Amino acid sequence: MIAIIDYNAGNTTSVKNAIERLGFPAIVTNDPERIKRADKVIFPGVGEASTAMKFLKEKQLDKVITSLKQPVLGICLGQQLLCSFSEEGTTECLGIFPVNVKCFPATDLVPHIGWNNLQNMKSGLFEEIQITDDVYFVHSYYAELSDYTIATCDYILPYSAAMKKDNFYAVQFHPEKSATVGEQILRNFLVNTE
Amino acid sequence: MLKKRIIPCLDIKDGRTVKGVNFTELRDAGDPVELAKRYVQEGADELVFLDITATVEKRKTLTELIERIAREINIPFTVGGGINSLEDAKAVINAGADKVSINSSAVKNPELITQIAQEFGNQCVVVAIDFKSDEGGDFVYVKGGSEKTNLKLLDWAKEVVLLGAGEILLTSMNHDGTKNGFSLEQVALLSSELSIPVIASGGAGKTEHFIELFQQTQASAGLAASIFHFEEITIGDLKQELSNHKIQVRCL
Repeated sequence: MIAIIDYNAGNTTSVKNAIERLGFPAIVTNDPERIKRADKVIFPGVGEASTAMKFLKEKQLDKVITSLKQPVLGICLGQQLLCSFSEEGTTECLGIFPVNVKCFPATDLVPHIGWNNLQNMKSGLFEEIQITDDVYFVHSYYAELSDYTIATCDYILPYSAAMKKDNFYAVQFHPEKSATVGEQILRNFLVNTE
Repeated sequence: MLKKRIIPCLDIKDGRTVKGVNFTELRDAGDPVELAKRYVQEGADELVFLDITATVEKRKTLTELIERIAREINIPFTVGGGINSLEDAKAVINAGADKVSINSSAVKNPELITQIAQEFGNQCVVVAIDFKSDEGGDFVYVKGGSEKTNLKLLDWAKEVVLLGAGEILLTSMNHDGTKNGFSLEQVALLSSELSIPVIASGGAGKTEHFIELFQQTQASAGLAASIFHFEEITIGDLKQELSNHKIQVRCL
């Protein structure tokens, strides 16, 4: 069973639909026991960092998430919340990745909305994905490059489009909205990670 | 490199796609989900569904349709038409839409832009602006273009950005339906003045119109309905031609 963490931050239905299109069973839940028991956990998110962190703490999901041992995939705000700090709402985050999340400088349109390509991919998460393939992004904040970066995107500046540390994976783009390329990345997460 | 987006628009009435012929006759054009799937396969980057259902009772049909679209479509989509309150926006987004588009209701109640943005984020709010140019300048129109307001286009566009809009869908009524090309002057102005993406709409009749749109303005996306519906241009061929002109698009 795939657990999708429900914490009042947007697109859980979209993620569930995408997982089910790939033929995997999924539940949307904020029940700590069901999350802990899941084979894989998806931590999605659309919304604002400080509000989301407040909700996670209220439900004590912050401790649940950081203690997970199975593969976890953070998506969009989920990726940012797995970092240590976000400039959005000056928010202390979950701290899995010792990385800061910053606001894009306004030298181009912000948010970064639309299809952009991934570069420097190095993980089983990107099996069969080409450097010319595009995925869908919508965000105003970005995770800085670090030793944990497993794919980069270049918009205004190069940043972490994906990260990995131990059992934690995180992507800034929306695989659930990225057509067949996104489906392949989700399938890779569901099949290739242990 | 961020790609320029091609967005087909589907008009929806009572849960079915309708195609306008010469602005008067509405012809049933089948199941929106099937048409949407065809567009996705051809390479559409996003979809816009515009509900023109008049009655409140039929809105439930729309919610069910959005749920079906969300289950079957793997790219982002926007739903517009008849969204007059935060509750309306919530219903559409909770059913699975990625963004809502508001038009007359934003003019009538600008606070609605901020309310939706605060609830779901700026990226969820597309403000559609219909405008017509006359000797007095470019003026915003509401109620499907039937009512002129005293709002100047650029002033209103700047205001919606401040209120929290994530994107602007700009339709020129002088150009809409003419198939003579987009309103390049106003698209160029707004896309250079504003800090959020501008989606150009109205006037697309052939491939060259999209080429000039992206060469002569900083529009983030081009939207069209009839030329894609009637297969005058397929999205795949359009994108190939844009790519041949060194315009960065997502190719399958």
